Amino acid sequence: MANHYYNAEDLGKFGAIGEYQKELADKFFGWYGEVFKDSALTAREKSLIALAVAHAVQCPYCIDAYSGDAYEKGWTEAQMMEAVHVAAAIKGGAALVHGVQMMNKVKGIAM
Amino acid sequence: MKSLQALKHALADAGHQVDVLEHEKDFPLFRDKLEPIGLFPLKPLVSQIFQVNVGKMCNQVCKHCHVDAGPDRKEIMTRETMQLCLDVLKKNESFTTVDLTGGAPELNPDFRWFVEEIKKMNRHIIVRCNLTIILANKRFNDLPDFFKHHAIEVVSSLPSYTKDRTDRQRGDGVFEDSIKALQMLNEVGYAKEGSGLILNLVYNPAGAFLPPSQPALEKEYKEALLKDFGIVFNNLFAITNMPISRYLDYLLVSGNYVSYMEKLIAAYNPTAATNVMCRNTISVGWDGFLYDCDFNQMLDLKLSCTESTHLSNYNASLIDKRDIVVNQHCYGCTAGAGSSCGGVVAE
Repeated sequence: MANHYYNAEDLGKFGAIGEYQKELADKFFGWYGEVFKDSALTAREKSLIALAVAHAVQCPYCIDAYSGDAYEKGWTEAQMMEAVHVAAAIKGGAALVHGVQMMNKVKGIAM
Repeated sequence: MKSLQALKHALADAGHQVDVLEHEKDFPLFRDKLEPIGLFPLKPLVSQIFQVNVGKMCNQVCKHCHVDAGPDRKEIMTRETMQLCLDVLKKNESFTTVDLTGGAPELNPDFRWFVEEIKKMNRHIIVRCNLTIILANKRFNDLPDFFKHHAIEVVSSLPSYTKDRTDRQRGDGVFEDSIKALQMLNEVGYAKEGSGLILNLVYNPAGAFLPPSQPALEKEYKEALLKDFGIVFNNLFAITNMPISRYLDYLLVSGNYVSYMEKLIAAYNPTAATNVMCRNTISVGWDGFLYDCDFNQMLDLKLSCTESTHLSNYNASLIDKRDIVVNQHCYGCTAGAGSSCGGVVAE
């Protein structure tokens, strides 16, 4: 076991998860491939969504993969950064909106 | 910005480039990819495209240029060598298309004469026009009319429909001039319905990555260029950058060489290998030497049939039976949907 949790080379080994459970891995990769095809949304639009979600879930492998993919598909630096801001705003908002829950509790117990 | 040759850069030497491709890192050999599908040695099909590099002089100095072209390059095809091209075309009717490239081919002083002589033989002509040449000097302003008069297919690079990415690769101000030139071509009828005048654009990545889907990109280009500038065009060719000359230098300096080659190799597509352009093309250098493709030309990898490597001793029976010269750069033409001077070769 390495003395760190993330290794950039591991991204290229993603397919190897099938060594331990091939059937589920095959289903996942088949489904994954279908998800990112041109359909009601274009593959290009899906790539930008994936970039934003990658930041929201803070997955370094996904950020690596979709920073390259989104740029290759023609999104500009500014558009990509705005997508990251969208992810950050949702994450920030998600934390802040729970402030209402806090307020509800406090108001319920305060005199 | 100067050419690698003017800078006396080591990569200006074709032999050094081949050395880098073969030894910088031990990648799987390209020829070993051809053997299992019965394509090694790679053999030609029917020779249909006669691609002529009429000179390395160019008004632009693009960062990715595999020709290392620029204003400081003085290699120009002479009228005598052009006459040798015409002689070969006359004797070899299988060449239905003549593809003129450079540099900026229009900078050759005999360019227009050459076009007119080829048209007398009723061959289809493609000119790889960099667009900005049309505005570079008053004497080139009439090129759209000249192209129209000879029903030339114009193929022009525009690496993005945005100014930022285009200028980053091709130089400051190139996007603006390219847009003006495209509008001039549209004005004389290019890409207009019913005109029969073909205007195709070329996309190539402005960085160390592969092109995205050609059909999807073409749709985006068409929408953006029409909406923003009222420009129409016929087809978009998505071309992969080859690890040659200035692009090879960029890959090495930016630390992307190994990962780029790995990407090309991982994306190797046997169908694309079957359809590579060198199987139906002969590439002619400015000095009349013969190659399997423009990339082999820049690496100085001449035809393997040693008794017929120049226009002056063109021997169709030897050339048609030759083994096509392949090396590690060929991964660039077989990655993903493949790549050629006409875009993807496999879907």
